[in-house]
Amino acid sequence: MASQEMEQLVRREYKQGFVTDIETEMVPPGLNEDVIRFISAKKDEPQWMLDWRLAAFEQWKQMEHPEWAHVNFPEVDFQAISYYAAPKSSEDKPKSLDEVDPKLLETYEKLGIPLHERAALAGVAMDMVFDSVSVTTTFKEKLGEAGVIFCSISEAIREHPELVKKYLGSVVPVTDNFYAALNCAVFSDGSFVYVPKGVKCPMELSTYFRINAENTGQFERTLIVCEEGAQVSYLEGCTAPMRDENQLHAAVVELVALENADIKYSTVQNWYPGDEEGKGGIYNFVTKRGECRGDNSKISWTQVETGSAVTWKYPSCVLKGKNSVGEFYSVAVTNNMQQADTGTKMIHVGEGTRSTIISKGISAGRSDQSYRGLVKVLPGAKGARNFTQCDSLLIGDQCGAHTFPYQEIANSTAQVEHEATTSKIGEDQLFYCRQRGISEEDAVNMIVNGFCKDVFKELPMEFAVEAEALLNVSLEGAVG
Amino acid sequence: MLEVKDLRVSVEDKEILKGLNLTINPGEVHAIMGPNGAGKSTLSAVIAGRDGYEVTAGSITFEGENVLEMEIEERARAGMLLGFQYPVEIPGVKNVYLLKAALNAKRKHLGLPEIEAPEFMKLVREKLQFMKMDNSFLHRSVNEGFSGGEKKRNEILQMLTLEPKLALLDEIDSGLDIDALKVVSEGVNSLRDAGRSIVMVTHYQRLLDYIVPDHIHVLSDGKIIKSGDKSLALELEKRGYDWVIEEAAQ
Repeated sequence: MASQEMEQLVRREYKQGFVTDIETEMVPPGLNEDVIRFISAKKDEPQWMLDWRLAAFEQWKQMEHPEWAHVNFPEVDFQAISYYAAPKSSEDKPKSLDEVDPKLLETYEKLGIPLHERAALAGVAMDMVFDSVSVTTTFKEKLGEAGVIFCSISEAIREHPELVKKYLGSVVPVTDNFYAALNCAVFSDGSFVYVPKGVKCPMELSTYFRINAENTGQFERTLIVCEEGAQVSYLEGCTAPMRDENQLHAAVVELVALENADIKYSTVQNWYPGDEEGKGGIYNFVTKRGECRGDNSKISWTQVETGSAVTWKYPSCVLKGKNSVGEFYSVAVTNNMQQADTGTKMIHVGEGTRSTIISKGISAGRSDQSYRGLVKVLPGAKGARNFTQCDSLLIGDQCGAHTFPYQEIANSTAQVEHEATTSKIGEDQLFYCRQRGISEEDAVNMIVNGFCKDVFKELPMEFAVEAEALLNVSLEGAVG
Repeated sequence: MLEVKDLRVSVEDKEILKGLNLTINPGEVHAIMGPNGAGKSTLSAVIAGRDGYEVTAGSITFEGENVLEMEIEERARAGMLLGFQYPVEIPGVKNVYLLKAALNAKRKHLGLPEIEAPEFMKLVREKLQFMKMDNSFLHRSVNEGFSGGEKKRNEILQMLTLEPKLALLDEIDSGLDIDALKVVSEGVNSLRDAGRSIVMVTHYQRLLDYIVPDHIHVLSDGKIIKSGDKSLALELEKRGYDWVIEEAAQ
């Protein structure tokens, strides 16, 4: 393919780059104790929570911004950011799909999102149009019968303080890193899931169900706890754009799996990546960590990431319980000026622990992508095993892919395997497909989807379809 | 059907084809032979539209259409299919998926609806059987981990499914043992039809024992220097290319 065509291939616009007129209630920019008190008061939080936030803020002030990641961006001015934004009320939301930007609906349609979901994503006050109240109620009743708690973290702090106190910050300590500490101080909202002993959560939990009930801000905080023998599959995010004006997103997600518990956490992320020149876009600095506390427990992260201007994210597993299992399956697409430094950490503490890492990176345009992965085997982790495979696919000749694997092995019985490949999307492959009559765009999609197959098959069915569509949209226009 | 006139092609400013003429009529089978570096593979690549080849003069027409103005996929949809010397591997993409996408692209071009799944499977199974290929081939990634022989059989499987008007076979016999050569040849022979033309590029006479051509051309230094019937192949086998080249120089 000629370089000119390559250029067209990587040129695409952010399909979800719309602006909503929804009025928001915001605090003025800046971060100080008063702002934290304001957030806490807005959420009607108990004193202990406010104290926790304030203590975190004190810690954060002592910390320095991390510089080790392979990304480049102007210094973030933490005093220029507003730390609280919420839509004013549902009355201000569009009343029906007719009031929603048709272009936005077109995008959702392209992505194959069902109609009622499209409405939710577009911010339509659903109870006006659809019978969503009863949907939500049935859903809550069903979970309630099983004893599963699924609510916003704010609600959990008020309604289930004993659980929140016990687990919040127990996987990702307040001082874990700069952005985690910041999140502890100012987190806006997020999800709380608690699955009691022996319960298999009767349905897949998704943030979608709460999308109108609460507006999750840019400092999300999510906590998922699975007691002994419990199971849950949690789907995070959607292909919807963030409505927030702010550019910084610093979330913390903590997962706790007790004995024989099984947590599957899937993410499809498609935030605004900035324009072709790298202007604008979300800085996505996220700390995600799961702890397999009990024997034979399992935590699995699956993610498909196509958005954000700068990403800095390492969903990790701490494998404490004997024979516990950690998995990380990831597809990351960067285009234009996007930068991503992403990967995982597998910390083998217990005997017979196993971990699998499958990472697929696709770089196009002038983007730069790094895989950074740590496999650490502690002295007690007898017979630990890890398999890592990270593959990079380059589209065009102006993008970059890097691999930074770290291995710290302190037990000689451990088996650690690492495979890595970097390939350019083959002009040969494209020519072959086109010589069979397949259009260039379809051929690119086919090749990229094939490249990601190992990860897509780990996603829940509906998500896999969405992810595939998303990938195609992300690389759309990429073809001449 | 295919008309190549005074074709001059350069690769990175080096002229490879230096005024090549070739006429292929419907129903004919042509073999293009010649020493290494003569430009045999360049010819099939240029007809198929591969990047990196600059046509500096001459023309290629297919059923009266100017091929040089068509995109790669348009050429394929119009009915020109290339059997690759080195079929590429596409990890994660199932063979059956590629086949179906290709067939539907052709059907769309012809104004036909997409093929129904049962009908498609029936068709493909039939062709698989003919090529002595296991059904499991369909669910393996395109050419990934295939042996040399399997790759070539897969090329012919695609031809049988897509039924091109013009099949260009680039060194389809290379890397084949005798059994695989027989199967591949049977596949190609089954394509022979009054309305279909086949062009084979090959080094070896051996292939021509199985697929008997109507015309043989010797390509040397970017030109066709001699054409003849099948007896020419035997003579080439016996005497090599030097005498033809000398003869042409005189």
